[in-house]
Amino acid sequence: MAELTYREAVRSAMREEMRSDSRVILMGESITGYGGSYAVTKGLVEEFGPKRVMETPIAEAGIVGFAVGAAMGGLRPVAELMTVNFALLALDQIVNSAAKFHYMFGGQWSVPLVVRTVSGFGQLGPTHSQSFEGWFASVPGLKVVMPATPADAKGLLLAAIRDPDPVIFIEHSLLYSTKGEVPEQEGLEVPIGRAAVVREGTDVTLVGYSRMLLQALHAAEVLEREDGVSCEVVDLRTLRPLDYPTVVGSVGRTHRLVLCGEDWRTGGFGANLLSEIQDRSFDDLDAPIARVAMRDIPLPYSRKLEQQLIPASQQIVDAVRRMS
Amino acid sequence: MPHGLTAQQCRAMYRKMVQIRHFEDHAAEAYAQAKVGGFLHLYIGEEAVAVGAIAAVREDDHILGHYRDHGYALARGCDVKACMAELFGRDTGICHGRGGSMHLADASRHFWGGHAIVGSHIPIGAGMAYAMQYLEEPLVVLDFFGDGATGNGIFHEGLNMAALWNLPVVFICENNLYGMGATLAEESPVSDMMIKAEGYTMPAVQCDGMDVLSVYGAVQQAAEHCRSGKGPFFVEAMTYRFRGHSMADPELYRDKEEVRRWRELDPIPRFGDFLVQQRITSPQELAEVNEEVEAEMLEAVRFADSSPWPEPDSVDRWIYAKPIDPEAPEEAPSLAGDPAGAAT
Repeated sequence: MAELTYREAVRSAMREEMRSDSRVILMGESITGYGGSYAVTKGLVEEFGPKRVMETPIAEAGIVGFAVGAAMGGLRPVAELMTVNFALLALDQIVNSAAKFHYMFGGQWSVPLVVRTVSGFGQLGPTHSQSFEGWFASVPGLKVVMPATPADAKGLLLAAIRDPDPVIFIEHSLLYSTKGEVPEQEGLEVPIGRAAVVREGTDVTLVGYSRMLLQALHAAEVLEREDGVSCEVVDLRTLRPLDYPTVVGSVGRTHRLVLCGEDWRTGGFGANLLSEIQDRSFDDLDAPIARVAMRDIPLPYSRKLEQQLIPASQQIVDAVRRMS
Repeated sequence: MPHGLTAQQCRAMYRKMVQIRHFEDHAAEAYAQAKVGGFLHLYIGEEAVAVGAIAAVREDDHILGHYRDHGYALARGCDVKACMAELFGRDTGICHGRGGSMHLADASRHFWGGHAIVGSHIPIGAGMAYAMQYLEEPLVVLDFFGDGATGNGIFHEGLNMAALWNLPVVFICENNLYGMGATLAEESPVSDMMIKAEGYTMPAVQCDGMDVLSVYGAVQQAAEHCRSGKGPFFVEAMTYRFRGHSMADPELYRDKEEVRRWRELDPIPRFGDFLVQQRITSPQELAEVNEEVEAEMLEAVRFADSSPWPEPDSVDRWIYAKPIDPEAPEEAPSLAGDPAGAAT
């Protein structure tokens, strides 16, 4: 195992796959000389050249449309959209082109495309601090991945690039500098569509993904230390297709469930998840399913205001305490 | 003959235009009988654009079009019965009833679809052209859209990238004077769409979209330019749809006199008369072509109407090329890439 940052793990997946498959190309805004807004692609244009690491105009819909076409022409494009907020400009190409072609044209061709983008916040103001994974996860034809750890970031990105379907790969700006053990063996995938029980417990299940997985793990420590409550923590890793058996299995052991997300409460990803788990696990549940989510308010710039809205481990701890 | 065309090629182009016309007459009839549903956009009047353009390039050059797409499919030689069956929503349809009239496609013939979000396929065509350039395939992309698409941002994003990266794509703007119900004057500050290519330093030419030879010549020149590595080319074909935007259109926005004037330029009799004058064919031969095509279309309608519906259980087929079932037992971690991918 090697210790890598999340950023290095994402980069190393792209580098390894570009070395082994000449069809893989990267494209995005300021990803060459600048190295990417979050420095993820730093050094790649030097190794692979501008034909494979393409500096694009600021044109999110055009970038994804172009990548869809490149994929149809036989390439394996990885398109970077600087943040998930800017991905809204590309929604048409993601939803009406990438997600539809295989179905709509009767399986004649697929769109092996990865859209890498970033969620997060940090005094960026209302237009730059949003989470839209639930929107993407609602679309049949897309696969949606949100890794929490460097090992998963690398392994899932390798799987995403090799997958014949369009994959929305959402990173998190506040995770880029986190470190973790990553297998040194090259090309090792983490399968899409598999959640992981990352901490075993008996009293309550905390389900998270991306940054909220780390918040859930922290809450589990606090609850064990201060309350003697044993939390099981599940990392969803993939939001579509979702690994319900792992969640349902955990609820079968703990009988209590808290869903942890960063997106808005109304229509957020957790809302759908809650409805599905209630259907599947109703007889196992000893308490109503709890949700930790963003209040339905645009995230403001002011540090004091922003901090009071951001979902964090304390809200998870509070949710568990309210259950017992 | 102009543009180095043979007599045989000319006769084939005539037949294609007649095929498209008859196909759509029958489609409209089936729509009136509620055998075809949804939206039906007819290409009647514009046949010379698809036929002239597609005849001017290689059989394996790539084609993308908009939702008024029957003409591209038939001009490229897609199976007539399968196209009709797609309109009827049957399992024998060219997309097995998933796409319908606006989404015909045949990857085996490098016809990559009818695209029904206006302008969305413009950057897709540029991306395909990039793949051809990257893989050193000597193929060009024909990307058809209407004047209405030039008001959309995606048009400009696509042209910008194609010009920036010198890509082998021919943008073919079918200027039929209306973006659905909006007149040119209501939708664009310029009435010649080719002017919009100038800002992207893209060479452009205007041709008579009611004359199949004019379109052929323009696209031949454009494709040659692209294939020789000189970058994208813009062709504007001045044309007119004789029917409404779709079958649901009462045509309140244009007057009947204007339609009548354009109908006098009907590309089919116009080309037929030319071929007779040039002694390439005779009126009798043209009448025979019409009869043969009519018989072919009657057979296509019979085929479509008697074809089975898709199996109800097949409704969730093809959502993914590689479906992943989280309910299935876990496999060992994989090192190898997935061999499946885009069609070539």
